[in-house]
Amino acid sequence: MSDASVLRMESVRKTFGESVVLRDVDLEVAPHTVTALIGASGSGKSTLLRCANLLEEIDDGAIWLDGEEITDPRADQDAVRRRIGVVFQAYNLFPHMTVLDNITLAPRRVHGASRAEAEERARGLLERLGLAGKADAYPDRLSGGQQQRVAIVRALAVRPRLLLLDEITAALDPELVGEVLEVVRGLKDEGMTMVLATHEMGFARDVADQVCFLDGGVVLEHGTAEQVFGDPQQERTRRFLRRIVEAGRL
Amino acid sequence: MTVTKGESAREGADDKDGMPGDDYVPSARRLARERHKRARTRRATAVAALSTLVTAAVLYLVVVDAPGWPRTKETFFSAQYAREALPKVLEGLWLNVRLLLICGVAVLVLGMLIAIARTLRGPVFFPLRVLAAAYTDFFRGLPLIINLMIVVLGVPALRLQGVTVDPVLLGGTALTLTYSAYVAEVFRAGIESIHPSQRAAARSLGLTNRQALRYVVLPQAVRRQVPPLLNDLVSLQKDTGLVSIGGAVDAVRAADIIVGRSLNYTPYIVAGLVFVALTIPMTRFTDWVTARLDRRREQGGSL
Repeated sequence: MSDASVLRMESVRKTFGESVVLRDVDLEVAPHTVTALIGASGSGKSTLLRCANLLEEIDDGAIWLDGEEITDPRADQDAVRRRIGVVFQAYNLFPHMTVLDNITLAPRRVHGASRAEAEERARGLLERLGLAGKADAYPDRLSGGQQQRVAIVRALAVRPRLLLLDEITAALDPELVGEVLEVVRGLKDEGMTMVLATHEMGFARDVADQVCFLDGGVVLEHGTAEQVFGDPQQERTRRFLRRIVEAGRL
Repeated sequence: MTVTKGESAREGADDKDGMPGDDYVPSARRLARERHKRARTRRATAVAALSTLVTAAVLYLVVVDAPGWPRTKETFFSAQYAREALPKVLEGLWLNVRLLLICGVAVLVLGMLIAIARTLRGPVFFPLRVLAAAYTDFFRGLPLIINLMIVVLGVPALRLQGVTVDPVLLGGTALTLTYSAYVAEVFRAGIESIHPSQRAAARSLGLTNRQALRYVVLPQAVRRQVPPLLNDLVSLQKDTGLVSIGGAVDAVRAADIIVGRSLNYTPYIVAGLVFVALTIPMTRFTDWVTARLDRRREQGGSL
């Protein structure tokens, strides 16, 4: 199992100064599955994703991507990031580039694709995500939902092995959340391996093969969506889910 | 004239009718409000005109009534010397313009290189970082006039083989040294003003640090810093006049020569006005670019 997994974390510890964000995190992500990270704000969901992509350096433990330890100081970090796509909460599109240039930057500069090749693939992806007419627009002319879909296309354009989605609907107006989640659902159907941090519990229950509840810097509870949402074993999980239900979010 | 009037009348009609099919008739309230606004505008214009007139009259009287005015007028504002000086000054100005163009390009390139050197990470670049920091500290602190004297007068005194003694080249070098330190700081501020999430996004796509800088950070940083850069170029433009201390015949030196001969200071005034005239378009251009960038930002652009 462990060698077949796309992403594996073992005893990962990450601190920022005095505060311990990840205490002792174990995680295993099988190919073609969706893992949802849930938990209160500040429980370490985003940090976990940033560590997986080496945007943050972990203090202890180890992370493997396709069986290769990427936290080995000798590992080529750029090569690791090339295989992982990331979509951020705030989209982080490049404002000085058109949608098409945003998407083709990495395929051309990192993967050595020709402009024609990269643009063809980009246009294909844009069309599939309902953004065909937006290729030459600048990001500030798009709605939040459109920007986030462009960000997803940008991450997909390099054919990543693993896609990390960091609360990608948290900055969106409620009526725009659906269109972005629809895209993620489509990617799951195509067999993309994904890890997503989310506050959309209904969506997590719907789409995730594995749900991990983070609390106090550890994965306190994990299992299938039915297990974690339907029959939580830990008191803290139950309390978290009760608050979510009371807030009308599940 | 008639056409304009007809057009404006039609526009007014359109305005009141609103969209076709919409039979909007402005209310008495709106008409009264507009009448009031027009009256207020007329009053404001009248007040501004009167105030300008009074200020001009006071200034005129203060200057013309000054006890030394006739003498000052003769030595600083002589039409005869102005006519004599203008062609020479303009001839000298051509040197200032060339210096501006060449130094401007050199300053931008050198400033950018220094700024990049200061942002480089990694132990290999440690000496480069230190050198770049020392360079900006030193040349931003050193008064330009002293820098010019050291380079323009000091370098020829060394009598080095193969090193130029041309005051223009040496003066240009001194200007470039000082201004590239300023411009490097402008670029560095721009680079640091780009939100870290942009770099994170670039790195997460697999771009190397250098690629992230080149394709994502620098283009945004440079665009954002256009107004302060133009401001430094305006400043450089007038400081090209300082190369005259080495004897290069620029606009200032040309005026100097006539003053030395005639003991009349009008040529200085002429040279000064010529520099102002040269700087104004540049300043206006800077204002225009700044306003345009601000407008884009207000419209929700993140540039």
